[in-house]
Amino acid sequence: MSRRTVAELSRSLAQGEFSSTELTRDYLDRIRKFNGVYNAYITVTEELALAQAAAADQRRARGEHGPLTGIPLAHKDIFCMQDVLTTCGSKMLANFISPYNATVVERFNAAGTVTLGKTNMDEFAMGSSNETSFFGAVRNPWDTQRVPGGSSGGSAAAVAADLCAMATGTDTGGSIRQPAAFCGITGFKPSYGRISRWGMIAFASSLDQAGPICKSAEDAALMMNVMAGPDIKDSTCVDLTAPDYMATLNDSLKGLRIGVPKQHLAKGLGAEVESALQQALKVYESLGATVHEVDLPNSHLSVSAYYVIAPAEASANLSRFDGVRYGYRCENPANLEDMYKRTRSEGFGSEVKRRIMVGTYALSAGFYDAYYLKAQQIRRLIKNDFDNAFKDVDVIIGPTTPHTAFKIGEKNDDPVTMYLEDIYTIAVNLAGLPGMSIPAGLHNGLPIGIQLVGKDFDEARLLNIAHQYQQNTDWHLQRPEV
Amino acid sequence: MVWETVIGLEVHVQLDTKSKLFSGSSTTFGAKPNTQAGIYDLAMPGTLPVFNEEVLRMAVKFGLAIDAEIGRKSVFDRKNYFYPDLPKGYQVTQLAFPTVGKGSLQITLEDGTEKVIGITRAHIEEDAGKSLHEDFQGLTGIDLNRAGTALLEIVSEPELRSAKEAVAYLKKLHSIIRYLGISDGNMSQGSMRCDANVSVRKVGAKEFGTRAEIKNINSFRFVEKAIIHEAQRQIELIEDGGRVIQETRLYDADKDETRSMRSKEVANDYRYFPEPDLLPVVIDEAYIDAVRAQLPELPNAKRARFVSQYGLSDYDAGVLASSREMGDFYEEVVKICGDAKLSSNWVTVDLQALLNKNDIEIENSPISAARLGALIGRIKDQTISSKIAKTVFEAMIGNDQSVDEIIESQGLKQVTDSGAIEKLVDEVIAGNPEQVAQYRAGKEKVFAFFIGQAMKVSKGKANPEQLNALLLQKLKG
Repeated sequence: MSRRTVAELSRSLAQGEFSSTELTRDYLDRIRKFNGVYNAYITVTEELALAQAAAADQRRARGEHGPLTGIPLAHKDIFCMQDVLTTCGSKMLANFISPYNATVVERFNAAGTVTLGKTNMDEFAMGSSNETSFFGAVRNPWDTQRVPGGSSGGSAAAVAADLCAMATGTDTGGSIRQPAAFCGITGFKPSYGRISRWGMIAFASSLDQAGPICKSAEDAALMMNVMAGPDIKDSTCVDLTAPDYMATLNDSLKGLRIGVPKQHLAKGLGAEVESALQQALKVYESLGATVHEVDLPNSHLSVSAYYVIAPAEASANLSRFDGVRYGYRCENPANLEDMYKRTRSEGFGSEVKRRIMVGTYALSAGFYDAYYLKAQQIRRLIKNDFDNAFKDVDVIIGPTTPHTAFKIGEKNDDPVTMYLEDIYTIAVNLAGLPGMSIPAGLHNGLPIGIQLVGKDFDEARLLNIAHQYQQNTDWHLQRPEV
Repeated sequence: MVWETVIGLEVHVQLDTKSKLFSGSSTTFGAKPNTQAGIYDLAMPGTLPVFNEEVLRMAVKFGLAIDAEIGRKSVFDRKNYFYPDLPKGYQVTQLAFPTVGKGSLQITLEDGTEKVIGITRAHIEEDAGKSLHEDFQGLTGIDLNRAGTALLEIVSEPELRSAKEAVAYLKKLHSIIRYLGISDGNMSQGSMRCDANVSVRKVGAKEFGTRAEIKNINSFRFVEKAIIHEAQRQIELIEDGGRVIQETRLYDADKDETRSMRSKEVANDYRYFPEPDLLPVVIDEAYIDAVRAQLPELPNAKRARFVSQYGLSDYDAGVLASSREMGDFYEEVVKICGDAKLSSNWVTVDLQALLNKNDIEIENSPISAARLGALIGRIKDQTISSKIAKTVFEAMIGNDQSVDEIIESQGLKQVTDSGAIEKLVDEVIAGNPEQVAQYRAGKEKVFAFFIGQAMKVSKGKANPEQLNALLLQKLKG
């Protein structure tokens, strides 16, 4: 039963085919059996899960349930969960028990979901392979020698290996979409401001966005119905009532105008990915859509701009980890400066330190205009590119990643090669637009993802477009041999 | 060599909001350490700021009171530095787009001349917590109750030219923030803190000298002393062939000196950038108009009104308008006794002396406006003389009897019975033949002696006008 989609599970629970408690036990069994292989979870909250499952069953018996009541999920370990270890994949927070719940956690709790645990991730969400986690690399369920992508690699692997029905993720430069592509599942990054960031440990505040990691667009819509909407605790969360994302999933795609960025079909894109993309476009054409080339002339600048803005914000966001109030503190500090230096040298991993240094440099007196300000100007140009493109098309479709999942350790020597993993996803964060990755093929037994990008706050349309593709293909139903 | 001191002040005013700038935690002063620090104040991971709109209203109020440009769009920035009492490792403040832009403040100097001091800007920012270095055996205690409290940092132009001007400016600022009700301005509790940028230059020089910044001076008197001391130090240094270096100095009130605190200050790079967790604050005309409508009468307007409405001197009106409470007190006294001039004298002289002596604010005056008004009323209707009134005034402190009861019970009622006064005059003349002879021989100054004697005998109760007239009449024979 644990291999079904959320939508299927929800129907089964409603029909009394099995209880949430039975379903939860099934997942817990699988976690016990397979987490040692994939390392997808940092913390398993078995007791809590069973209690929530029992509560969900009672709620269902009383008829007070919603579609997600009793569905077992996992939260990326970037979301604060009250009285539960919340590590953000770092030694710095390896002992941190959160005193409060993130809004996302709160909303799922209110919906009656069952929390199986907290998933592994790149340290502070900084990485594209899940190798920077203090708790060890996560393995891709399609090939355990390969990475699951990152930074939401634990959530993606857990969903792909059916160690949960659905998971939360966060995406700053591709951290939901890239692991979704590598693990053959559906990953959705809403518009910036659609979901509250309260309780989500900040990496780069102007780019971070939470979203669903799941098995289908329909599941993403179910999750979005819980996650999206205004929150007074987050001033950057927009004051727009979220629509019912399920309502428009079956809208017709007749007349849909699809834009394919010519820059995405250029050098660097793997032939297998390009071929999967072309096939997907043919499916869309068969559904009544037309395909047009669009121009994103500044897209080649996105990775550079991102690697100024994100580290700059991170350099300040991570200053609070100083050993004073919580988290890691070095042994026997000689004085304040020693405490700061050793706490942060010992508590952070090398990728995090690299980004803090890059960000600190970019904000330094004399360099601010050349780096931070320039990067913000580029960000504006990139947004303008998308605005122009969306004058002629309704959705932009391209590859999620240049190729399929790479091997663990393969890209560790050169950070820049690793940064280029997110070449197609980063611009979407800079522009604040909604984007998603859906499975569109397999190559040598490894999944290929394509990326759909929508207009600002047009998530419902994006989910509709993805759902129609999934109604006519079965790539999203492919599962690795576990 | 004639030197000129150039001073600019940075004043941090703690805004009197119920909750903090970006969190719902309480701001009450004096609570047990770390009991008023919520998860945002503690910089728990994942927490976010939510701007307290009351702070905006207070800042705009201040801006309007100093005729400043109000920032239609203000932007918060992060100022990055590490310190244990700064939980996030950055302070949220406003750099390029403050809520309050250029404005000015009119100050009155001791000789009565007016001077207008430019205010560069006033921006909103959060306060840090407190580091407690005592009582922890070599360790440092951190109290984060204050962390995140809303501050308005008011930055003056370097247009103050003496320690006295600086104090006059500070007092005017103090008066305005209290008028506006945006802060209690209590310097000893730190709700108003002053940093002074001090430099010296030769009179007539165009360029400013290198400045030193004196941090956290916590009383008006210390501001004056610290500036005097620092200017003198710089002058001596330069005259001895030395050079002032830009640094931060601390004023030590016990030793009356400033000493270097951080000479590497210049090298500090705060790496400001816009705070991505907050949206820019956009203010429209309607908002500004609504705040303007809430403004109270301000010191200058009140002073002008006191001059025209009550016929007071500019100086007295200025003293009475210096605080909202003083002005209100005065006007209540006038309302009761109907004599604006007498009321002004009593409030600015006798009552003020009493308050100063006991270091009491007028709102806690041991003699209420109603009672003072009643006292002055008894002078006006000649029940007592001005002199006896002072005795009654003394008796009123720590005594809740009414003015009339005090006069009655202590037998202080003025003697106006002409028969009784005549008897008194006769007695005095009979008892001092020598002085009578002197007076009659033309030594008119002796008249005062007779008044004194008569008052002494009557215990001050004789009506002075009647006494004067009768004495004159009898002495002239």
